[in-house]
Amino acid sequence: MDVLYFAWVRERIGMPREQIDSKAATVMDLVEELRAREERYALAFSDISALRVAVDQELVDFDTSLSGAREVAFFPPMTGG
Amino acid sequence: MRIAVQEVPFDLGEESARFAAGCSASGAIVTFTGVVRDVAGGLEAMEIEHYPGMTESALNDIAAQAVARWSLEDALVIHRHGRLGPGEMIMMVATAARHRKDAFEAAEFLMDYLKSRAPFWKREITSDGATWVNARSEDEDALSRW
Repeated sequence: MDVLYFAWVRERIGMPREQIDSKAATVMDLVEELRAREERYALAFSDISALRVAVDQELVDFDTSLSGAREVAFFPPMTGG
Repeated sequence: MRIAVQEVPFDLGEESARFAAGCSASGAIVTFTGVVRDVAGGLEAMEIEHYPGMTESALNDIAAQAVARWSLEDALVIHRHGRLGPGEMIMMVATAARHRKDAFEAAEFLMDYLKSRAPFWKREITSDGATWVNARSEDEDALSRW
C-alpha cells in the first residue's frame, strides 16, 4: 500500500510517501511496524494522540482495519481556514 | 455547489457577484473571507500544505452536509494552498438561503468543519525560521455545537 506523510510527520520521516508491503491488520499495527523500523519513525509516531490518520482519503481511528486499503496517510491535526 | 482548491489568488468581488447572480431564490447571502494575519509581527509568509484528492472530497462532503442541513440554495468554498504573504486572502465561503439565520449558521458550520476536518496544514515563515501552526483545542471544541 502507499503510505503518505504530511506536514511535520513528513519532515520527521524525511519523505512525502513510500510504498510499504505490510500485513498489518489495523492502522495501529502498521504504526507499530513503522516504529520498529528506525529512530525517525519512532520519533514521528512517539505520541499518536498528536496524529491523525486517513485510510483511502477518509479520516478514521487508529483501530480501523486495513483490509483492502490502498492508501494510508499520517498527519498532524489539520489547520485549515 | 462549487469547491475550488487552488494556488492562485481569487477575486473576492468577482466570486461573490457570480455566486449571488446564481441564487435568485435566496433572500440572504453570507460570505466569509479568511486572511493571512501577522499576529506577532515579522511574518514573511504563510505556507499551506494540503492532501490533493482528500482535500477536495472532504470539502465536498462538508459543503453537501451544509446544503442539506440548512436547505441552502447554493454554497461555495475556495481554499488556497502554497505560499501566501501577509494580508493575502486564504479562503472564502459563501452560502445562500431564504433567510439570514440559515445562511449565517451554515457559513459558521462550514468554517468550523473546514478548520479541523479538511486536510490543510499551515506553516508560518519568519526571519527566525519556519513553525507549523498548532491546531487549537477551541477549534476542535467548536465542532461539538453542531
